[in-house]
Amino acid sequence: MPSLSVTYWSALVVAGALALFFGGRQIGAARGVARLRDLSATGAFGYSLLVVTLYQALALYFGPGATFFKWAVHGVVGFGIAGYLFQQLGRHVGTSATRKLFRSMPVTAALGILLIIAYAFVAIFADVIAPYGQAEIFKDANLLPGGDPGMGGSPDHLLGTDQIGRDILSRLIYGAQNTVGIAFVTTLLAFFIGISLGFLAATIGGVLDQVLSRIVDMLMSIPQLIFALLLMTIATAWFGSEKGMVTLFMILIIAVLDSTRVFRLSRAVGMNIVVMDFFEAAKLRGEKLSYLIFSEIAPNAFAPLLAEFGLRFCFVFLTIASLSFLGIGIQPPLADWGTMVRDLSQFIAYAPFPVVGPLTASLPLMAAGAIALLTVAVNFVVDWMLHRASGLKE
Amino acid sequence: MSASEPLVKISNLAIDGIADETRTRIINDVSLELNRGEVMGLIGESGAGKSTLGLAAMGFTRDGCEIVGGNIRFDGIDLVAATAETRRQLLGKRIAYVAQSAAASFNPAHKIINQHAEAPMFHGVSNRGEAEADAMDLYQRLRLPNPQEIGFRYPHQVSGGQLQRAMTAMAMSCRPDLIIFDEPTTALDVTTQIEVLVAIREIVEQFQTAAIYITHDLAVVAQMADRVKVLLRGDEVEEADTRTMLDAPREDYTRSLWAVRSFQRPQKPMASKDAVPVISLRNVTAAYGNGDPVVRDVSFDIHEGRTVAVVGESGSGKSTTARCITGLLPPKTGEIAFANKVLPADYRKRSVNQLRQVQMIYQMADTALNPRKRIGEIIGRPVEFYLGLKGAEKRRRVEELLELIEMDPKEYINRLPSELSGGQKQRIGIARALAAEPKFIICDEVTSALDQLVAEGILKLLTRLQEEMKLSYMLITHDLSTVRAIADEVVVMKDGLIVESGPKDEMFTPPHHDYTDLLLSSVPEMNPDWLDELLAQRGVENLGDAAVSKM
Repeated sequence: MPSLSVTYWSALVVAGALALFFGGRQIGAARGVARLRDLSATGAFGYSLLVVTLYQALALYFGPGATFFKWAVHGVVGFGIAGYLFQQLGRHVGTSATRKLFRSMPVTAALGILLIIAYAFVAIFADVIAPYGQAEIFKDANLLPGGDPGMGGSPDHLLGTDQIGRDILSRLIYGAQNTVGIAFVTTLLAFFIGISLGFLAATIGGVLDQVLSRIVDMLMSIPQLIFALLLMTIATAWFGSEKGMVTLFMILIIAVLDSTRVFRLSRAVGMNIVVMDFFEAAKLRGEKLSYLIFSEIAPNAFAPLLAEFGLRFCFVFLTIASLSFLGIGIQPPLADWGTMVRDLSQFIAYAPFPVVGPLTASLPLMAAGAIALLTVAVNFVVDWMLHRASGLKE
Repeated sequence: MSASEPLVKISNLAIDGIADETRTRIINDVSLELNRGEVMGLIGESGAGKSTLGLAAMGFTRDGCEIVGGNIRFDGIDLVAATAETRRQLLGKRIAYVAQSAAASFNPAHKIINQHAEAPMFHGVSNRGEAEADAMDLYQRLRLPNPQEIGFRYPHQVSGGQLQRAMTAMAMSCRPDLIIFDEPTTALDVTTQIEVLVAIREIVEQFQTAAIYITHDLAVVAQMADRVKVLLRGDEVEEADTRTMLDAPREDYTRSLWAVRSFQRPQKPMASKDAVPVISLRNVTAAYGNGDPVVRDVSFDIHEGRTVAVVGESGSGKSTTARCITGLLPPKTGEIAFANKVLPADYRKRSVNQLRQVQMIYQMADTALNPRKRIGEIIGRPVEFYLGLKGAEKRRRVEELLELIEMDPKEYINRLPSELSGGQKQRIGIARALAAEPKFIICDEVTSALDQLVAEGILKLLTRLQEEMKLSYMLITHDLSTVRAIADEVVVMKDGLIVESGPKDEMFTPPHHDYTDLLLSSVPEMNPDWLDELLAQRGVENLGDAAVSKM
């Protein structure tokens, strides 16, 4: 199965599109297949592109080399199957409500939920699952992943060790606890601040709304990462950088900076609810502010805010990883994915070497992959929830 | 094409709607024939499948609907089997569609005439210059003001009635054989509606266009259609030419539709001079922000057990007056008294007891009920808040209230508002107002979003509750048949001023103020000759906006 050159590839795409557009329409009209008959030119191009690219991918997969591509294919197929199985499981097990939920759910969302559950499980039970401690140092440094002594690995350290001899598998597992746990707490805090101020601004309006909104505008006008770096520097300079303090500063600073986005959203959502007649009826009944906010606005703002929570969690998570990568986030010896990517990053240069090259290069990619996978999983679920929320409005 | 073959022939059409994993039949074995130049009226309650059938005549179904049987032929072309290309050639050129809300259907970012010229240019009927010239000609025929200039405005710069006429002109742009009018006047005031009706009827006659006219207003269909088809939950009830249908309907359901308008409660005697009014407005003037006043020097009284109807077009200040009474908009000058005690102008300064006495029922039941709360909570909250009842006592009171509005407590108490029909939601709104045990209720266009049969049920319920509880109503409406049905006194408003007020029977007998006269004469009647007679009597220039602006 030879792979195609770019010239052949493009020529095939165009030829396929033309054949499908003219020929397919004829066949569709003759056989009465509405989908073929009413095919548009762009549709024909899309199908053609899909088929030719799929062939190219298969050729690459069954050909020599392209180790990372093969890994990626294995990953996508494997996760796809896992998501499908989980979806089937959900469709047949559970209460009628959850079964119905799983029937209306795409495979991507099922996979996202499965992965989030897996991450949560790993994070909560890290102490039990991890084979070694996160700060434990072994004498064999720079072991490669795979566990095969002939390839520079060791069966005691399945994913290898880093430059000073810490077990990478254990650090990945503890990293879930540290990075994901801290991101979760930070996002919760950001939402608490953002939602309460946002709803307050929407309900009361007037001067309070103006003051809060302008403060938020000011905070948002400064690039977030640079602003966070600046504030971290100020905080450590004023209050010292004892153990744990830096992490606390980081949580507070990111929460405040991210709550500006939450404020914007909850204010906008709140404004739409405040003009509804049922809200007016509650106001005229003489209800107190707390009842108005928590009983009238909050239940109706739940769907968009939950979706925002998923997205915001990813951003917070990435900000923490970037701060750790820059060296001022989660402090050693605590394991953290961002720090792991930074520490192991130079190994990526070994990728072109034969046999052990890809194994060496995979060292930083594992932590990066853990970050990417969680981000993708959360976004799959958020997309599905947004779709459902918008469907409900019709 | 032979002259005998009808333009549109729908036979044994069946359409399924698919929602939430279940299939429901929306149109069940309905057939329809429409000849060239003929106007067919489709009537029925909401959910009867009128719009679905109207759209099916274009070979189109909404998302989630599917044609499962029967066929649709337009001028000999099978629309169910037609290719997308064939249909694209027909739609806009030979079949056109006029939507209910012109304001929502025009693209707000483009000038009206550009949108008008789009279809003729796309279909190669004319070039841009010809299309624009033709647009101006059509605007003239539809009697839009400044036909040379109005097309160059954006949709928001034109009034609702004018926009609806501009949309009719747009549908005419390719001189189609068939136009589908989907409730084109439902969202308009009576005075504006009549202009649009006259315009549509004339233009359809001039160009010999066939039309399907969808509405739930029987009096309107009586003016517009040659033949009428009655639909009920996807089934055809009967079809006949308009006069036969009005004079001698065959089916009970049709007869019940016809009878709706006859509900009328006798007017109560005027309250005695020294009686204390429940609510009295004294020289109220109100404005939004620092703008011009929208309500000017308004005074009237509402007595115990009586209904005062406030009528007028949109923008006349009816709803603003209600906002002054509830305290949402404190008046600039003047005061509002409850049982002779002046109420604080701002609702935030009123005591819980004062708030309890004035309750409100809203026009749109959809937005008036919190969609995330169950019926028991919606009605239970005011019971708990005002009367301090909790637990089993509260539940018992909620059940009593549900029985009062003729809904079975066992079945409905745990439902969400989305699981109720429009009429049931409106009943829940009434129960929520009653839960406060008020003296006075403001009914803001409570029936205008409902079908006539359902609306009649609501009006009867309101009347019964008034008898039982000595309630006073302020009825805000632009629908004079509602006024005729349940009001005791009428206040007519125009541009924020009270034009005329008095007992209902006096209002409905001449002589009237000019404006009242215009309002009254603009309400369509069930007589198919009514529009012709009115035109003969008043002349085309003395209708709607034109007549209002002359005052």
